[in-house]
Amino acid sequence: MAPSSRRSTDDRLFRLGTGLFALFVVLLVAGIAFELFRSSRLSVQKFGFGFWVTKVWDPVAGDFGARPFIWGTLYSSFLALLISTPIALGIAIFLSELSPKALRTPLAFLTELLAAIPSIVYGLWGVFVLVPLVRKLQVATPDWMRKIPLFSGPPLGVGMGTAAIILAVMVIPFTSSVAREVLRAVPNTQREAAYALGATRWEAIQAAMRYGRTGIIGAIILGLGRAIGETMAVTMVIGNNPQVSWSLFAPQYSMAAVIANEFTEAADNLYLSALIEIGLVLFVITLIINGLSRALIWSVTREVKVKAPKAAAPAVEKAAA
Amino acid sequence: MKVSRFGFLAALGVLAALPAASQTVQIDGAGATFPYPIYSKWFAEYNKMHPEIQINYQSIGSGGGIRQLTAETVFFGASDGPMTDEQLKNAPGPVLHLPTVLGAVVPIYNVPGVSGDLRFSGALLADIYLGKVAKWNDPAIAKLNPGVSLPATDIAVVHRSDGSGTTYIFVDYLSKVSPDFKGKVGVSTSVNWPTGVGGKGNEGVAGLVKQTPGSIGYVELIYAIQNKIAYGAVQNKDGKFLKASLEGVTAAAAGAAKAMPGDFRVSITDAAGSDAYPISSFTWLLFYENPKDKAKAKVMVDFTKWALNDGQKYCADLGYAPLPKQVVGLEADAIKRIKL
Repeated sequence: MAPSSRRSTDDRLFRLGTGLFALFVVLLVAGIAFELFRSSRLSVQKFGFGFWVTKVWDPVAGDFGARPFIWGTLYSSFLALLISTPIALGIAIFLSELSPKALRTPLAFLTELLAAIPSIVYGLWGVFVLVPLVRKLQVATPDWMRKIPLFSGPPLGVGMGTAAIILAVMVIPFTSSVAREVLRAVPNTQREAAYALGATRWEAIQAAMRYGRTGIIGAIILGLGRAIGETMAVTMVIGNNPQVSWSLFAPQYSMAAVIANEFTEAADNLYLSALIEIGLVLFVITLIINGLSRALIWSVTREVKVKAPKAAAPAVEKAAA
Repeated sequence: MKVSRFGFLAALGVLAALPAASQTVQIDGAGATFPYPIYSKWFAEYNKMHPEIQINYQSIGSGGGIRQLTAETVFFGASDGPMTDEQLKNAPGPVLHLPTVLGAVVPIYNVPGVSGDLRFSGALLADIYLGKVAKWNDPAIAKLNPGVSLPATDIAVVHRSDGSGTTYIFVDYLSKVSPDFKGKVGVSTSVNWPTGVGGKGNEGVAGLVKQTPGSIGYVELIYAIQNKIAYGAVQNKDGKFLKASLEGVTAAAAGAAKAMPGDFRVSITDAAGSDAYPISSFTWLLFYENPKDKAKAKVMVDFTKWALNDGQKYCADLGYAPLPKQVVGLEADAIKRIKL
């Protein structure tokens, strides 16, 4: 009797302790949200919702709007994912499915090493290597291409395209190592079943990816999170000009970059408050994206559940469609 | 044996007397990054002469310095731009501005085929930074640089992306010489630039200019000197083209000394005088006129007197322009306003 009751108190204590730690995270998020709201009150009151859509950022006149920064953050992150996702998934598939055993560990180590490089180093590499390269590419761009809005603007080297490339390089190790773990966790019976049905290697890999797709989407979202919050490397190559443009050559700006750049010298209350509101906007957008990715994962898993009893219940399939 | 015992006793006596004679004073300040090298030199040298005095300075930026001073979390502040009337109103007591050293901003450029010094006027620099002059072979540039073959390339404008005293000095000058610039851009540590790309810090701007053919930027004179970056001459108020030098910056301050306002909150850009370099500025220490901690105030007053006189000899080595004698004289009177 005594040992079992001790065990139950131990369990309760353990539960209480871990529960407190979990609660701590919730409190921390709530505290950050509260503090962001409180410190940006001045700017929220003055600009209201207009802050989200106004293009002007004029510290002299005290006129602030976040639209160019929101655009820059979302556009650069989206472009980065566009570049990094196929590469990262390619790496993951090669490492988990195709690579010879001897190569697997060193290659995995190298991709993960990319994740350990501090972002300031990426920034320096961007400034000294990538920017001149991109400028050469821009100069070589034929005139008819430069007329397309996607490639308009003078050849500066710095700009949206350069930022997207550097972000993609930073994101690749995150996405690829998580996707690799996901693929490795796919039971071998899945692949064996595919082969048994006469699938080619490519089809078997497709089946494995399909099985692990929630995890793979998670891996991509993790990369997105990294891209949205990245500050130092982006500010060094994006050109820091608050404008909304589709052009990959145009210097633009991001939310994290403007906070890092202007926070130290912001002496005026409204100015500081507007910068903190940018932080709030970033926070809200991160929440929205997290929510959307949850919804995406949820919809994918739901689809799997519906499709699984395919042969058994075609009526369910029809109803779902 | 006897001697050594005596020595031992004497040493004991000294040890016992030390804490009583010199209570360690620790003073905290925060503010501008631009004067940080000379301030830390001053604090270190002063500490050698007065080991009991320790002055800590955090170079968190002018804006941060003013904020911390207003919140009274530091004893003194430092700023590259004078506090605005509104900021002074928000402070809990009257604040005294004391100029300590001078700095200047120089235009740097990278124009293919041009190796010599280019000449700029204030109006021209303003038009370039407004985007109105967009090609290097624009007549406005050619007129000031006869005999220089200027290419027909676009001007890539580079400015600071981070809030900075350097930007403040530069746009303060451009706003003085160009009403158009004043109306469209104005003066602050960060402004809404109509054109161009932003580089972070002096090194960011210099890096972009070095790499981008056809670019123009602006950096602190110290930075250009220490990194051996070529820079252009700027036309001053008297019509003379001057390359920035420490003497030229001090001359600008001397020119401004005649009309120095009592609170030293003065901009010396576009100063009169044939030798005055036009894009020059003071940097200031900020004190409360009626500080709460009188002991610290006494120490800082003594320190400031030393810095403004003996301390000025460290300027040249670190690339700062020293204060002109007239200004030091005016400040000696102003320090008396601090109530001890």
